[in-house]
Amino acid sequence: MTISDVKNIVSAEIICGEEHINKEVTTAFGSDMMSDVLAFAKDQCVLITGLCNPQVIRTAEMLDMICVCFVRGKRPDEDMIALAKERGIVLMATEERMFATCGKLYEKGVRGGESK
Amino acid sequence: MSMTMKLHYDVSGDDFTRAGEASGKVKAKLRQLGIDPTAVRRVAIALYEGEINLVIHAGGGEIDVEISPEEITMVLTDQGPGIADVEKAMTEGFSTASENIRSLGFGAGMGLPNMKKYTDQMKIDTKLGEGTTIYMTVKL
Ligand SMILES: Nc1ncnc2c1ncn2[C@@H]1O[C@H](COP(=O)(O)OP(=O)(O)O)[C@@H](O)[C@H]1O
Ligand SMILES: [Mg+2]
Repeated sequence: MTISDVKNIVSAEIICGEEHINKEVTTAFGSDMMSDVLAFAKDQCVLITGLCNPQVIRTAEMLDMICVCFVRGKRPDEDMIALAKERGIVLMATEERMFATCGKLYEKGVRGGESK
Repeated sequence: MSMTMKLHYDVSGDDFTRAGEASGKVKAKLRQLGIDPTAVRRVAIALYEGEINLVIHAGGGEIDVEISPEEITMVLTDQGPGIADVEKAMTEGFSTASENIRSLGFGAGMGLPNMKKYTDQMKIDTKLGEGTTIYMTVKL
């Protein structure tokens, strides 16, 4: 599926990076702890998180992730959006919680991918 | 290009939102040099964890990176409190980070273990009350 499909499946709103929404998504990683993402994620495309600070964008950047989906209605601020735009990372936000967001994507075939 | 390239960054200790800026710049530079993406990512993750530690545990510090055709070396230096028990600090899950740091997404005690995991060599020199220097190498 594409980032655009992810947006539809989890009823999210695209915040920035509209021009990249046709990129392919196969895997995702969900966590509010960036250290865990850095420790366990490998080649995942989408970061699903309820944490909302610039380190989320940095973490996605270090791992070459192409999209961050904020859950629980969290909204990134202007600085975070600027960071994401510079790096070509798509930001989206949904009112759904973490469990439901991951579950809906899993149901449609997104997987956790390889760890380590 | 000369055979080795040196990069230097000062990391401010009082702005968590900017932590990771240096690591991001190093990553962009390595990419631009056409270095193997897996090596770039290993450097980026290890350096980023180290940079975060400079900010949350040491009140800031300095980062020096040297890029040669054979390897990338990273040196992180600070004049922070030092690490009392290095072996303990290297244990997955060990952290002295405050609840506030945890609420920012760090302080899971995975930083130093991650740095070791993603690099080929890692060495910690530390003295209580004087500071810490961490050396890391990723072979190309
Ligand atoms: N540069 C440093 N200066 C002082 N103490 C440090 C430094 N880096 C790490 N530490 C100590 O080692 C512990 C473990 O570090 P780390 O594995 O990165 O976990 P975390 O940062 O999540 O606490 C920290 O909680 C801290 O007590
Ligand atoms: Mg740490």
